[in-house]
Amino acid sequence: MMNAATSGVPMVHADRVSKSFGSNEVLKSISLSVPQGEVMCLVGPSGSGKSTFLRCINHLERVDAGRLSVEGVLVGYEERGDKLYELKPREAARQRRDIGMVFQRFNLFPHMTALENIIEAPIRVNKVKKEAAVAHAQELLARVGLAGKADAYPAHLSGGQQQRVAIARALAMEPKLMLFDEPTSALDPELVGEVLDVMKGLAESGMTMIVVTHEMGFAREVADQLVFMDGGVVVESGDPDQVLGNPQHERTKAFLSKVL
Amino acid sequence: MAASGSNRSATPAVVSPNGADQAEAIKAIRLRHPWRNIVAVVLVAMLALFVLDAAQREAYGWENFAKYIFDQRISQAAGYTLLLTVYSMVIAIILGVTLAVMRLSENPVVKGIAWLYLWVFRGTPVYVQLVFWGLFATIYSTIDIGIPFTEPWLSFETNDLISVFWLAVIGLALNESAYMAEIVRAGILSVDKGQDEAATALGMSWMQTMTRVVIPQAMRIIIPPTGNEVISMLKTTSLVTAIPFSLELYGRSRDISVVIFDPIPLLLVASAWYLLFTSILMVGQYFLEKRFSRGVGQARPDKAGTETGAITLKTGVISTPGAASAADGDAGSDASTDPSGKEHQ
Repeated sequence: MMNAATSGVPMVHADRVSKSFGSNEVLKSISLSVPQGEVMCLVGPSGSGKSTFLRCINHLERVDAGRLSVEGVLVGYEERGDKLYELKPREAARQRRDIGMVFQRFNLFPHMTALENIIEAPIRVNKVKKEAAVAHAQELLARVGLAGKADAYPAHLSGGQQQRVAIARALAMEPKLMLFDEPTSALDPELVGEVLDVMKGLAESGMTMIVVTHEMGFAREVADQLVFMDGGVVVESGDPDQVLGNPQHERTKAFLSKVL
Repeated sequence: MAASGSNRSATPAVVSPNGADQAEAIKAIRLRHPWRNIVAVVLVAMLALFVLDAAQREAYGWENFAKYIFDQRISQAAGYTLLLTVYSMVIAIILGVTLAVMRLSENPVVKGIAWLYLWVFRGTPVYVQLVFWGLFATIYSTIDIGIPFTEPWLSFETNDLISVFWLAVIGLALNESAYMAEIVRAGILSVDKGQDEAATALGMSWMQTMTRVVIPQAMRIIIPPTGNEVISMLKTTSLVTAIPFSLELYGRSRDISVVIFDPIPLLLVASAWYLLFTSILMVGQYFLEKRFSRGVGQARPDKAGTETGAITLKTGVISTPGAASAADGDAGSDASTDPSGKEHQ
């Protein structure tokens, strides 16, 4: 919370955000705030709405009610007068450029090499020159510990390596915010560590991050703020040591007793 | 066959370089399959009989076959057949991609129009459609450009504007595009939804996502059935006599056979040319499929750099087993089915 005071607007601010799929209300009036440079971990049972909330932040899903903003700018909508206008696809795409996202299933482009995966968006979207994009991509690959894998296709990389390439791909757009949607859930246990290490490094470098995860050790170590969600509501939030060590709500206790 | 089998089982066990106490290779008597051999002999005998008989049979008229197989009129006709195939397939693919995208559109009217098109062009025989195209000038004697219900600015005689050849191309292309649309649609749908999301999350536009991410991956699913369509189209061109356009292979050989009163050798001539072309196309299809399977599941031995990879690169036929273990990450998304399931006449 100290950072918020110094840098003003929070990176992400959600004010009573709701979202339904048909009659199924997935998010029920979620309010939370992520200050610049901080890491928030979202935990909770599956189906609790964590991933949906994450996907709302870069407008992969549309918010039904409430206000969701990134650096004070509404996501997916524009407010003119007292009316909300939905953004055109081009404008929504512009908002997404500054928000990196890492998926549970990596979603690397299988027909491109690691390097091609990373330079694709900078060249096509940000119109970066190819040589500059390649140089930056090599740096990023080195940063995630995959300097020698530039020419490897995703199918030839392990799950952990693929996820690290995916992180490098997101970083290539020089985002101000990184969203991680269960980045280690699809990995073999012995590969989880290498991905978490990269994420820790990223957090230490001052990147603002929102991480949906089941890795409580990671959450305790890296998160500035831990949010426990269940049934589409924020049940409990606060300092990770506090929430994990001394949970106040029965549902939090029940969940933690199963995962810790 | 049986002899080679027992030979192989008699070879001594090779001691592997790394494992000293490896078990001895199995030396078993191979299972015999007497019926296989009998069936093979019978089939070969029947084929030989047929060939011997056909070679001597008057009605096949082999002198005329030899006389006309490289006749200039026939080779020109073969050229027309190829042109019809290429032009109509190119137009059909462009139209098919357009229709496929229309069918996936969120606009219900656009979707409905595409569905209607497919309903009409897949629901009627191509022969009937070609006869219709032949009567196009009868139905629309002039083609006018201008504002509807007012005097046209420009008016053309249909017969001057469109030759019979192009009517044939249009007729074949419009029919084929309906099938291509389904093939392309199946290809697009086979690409994992996560790919679309990843590209969107990177800020790529719809067009960029389609051309850079979705279509290249869909090609792997689209190419094999499209190859079949090309081969099928080559043969369907013989139906353009319905228009009537008769400068292609089948029409031309019919015309010649009417003059010389000997239809059978010229049918054989046409068949030989069709077989030649389809054989070439099948080889081409094989290499295209290899090109578009890159990076997915199968190995890229030149990049993988494993020992087995270096060997299979030379032959270029078999995928390396070394890469299979790493490939499980993306294997789930390939739903390769033949999407069209169609029945040409």
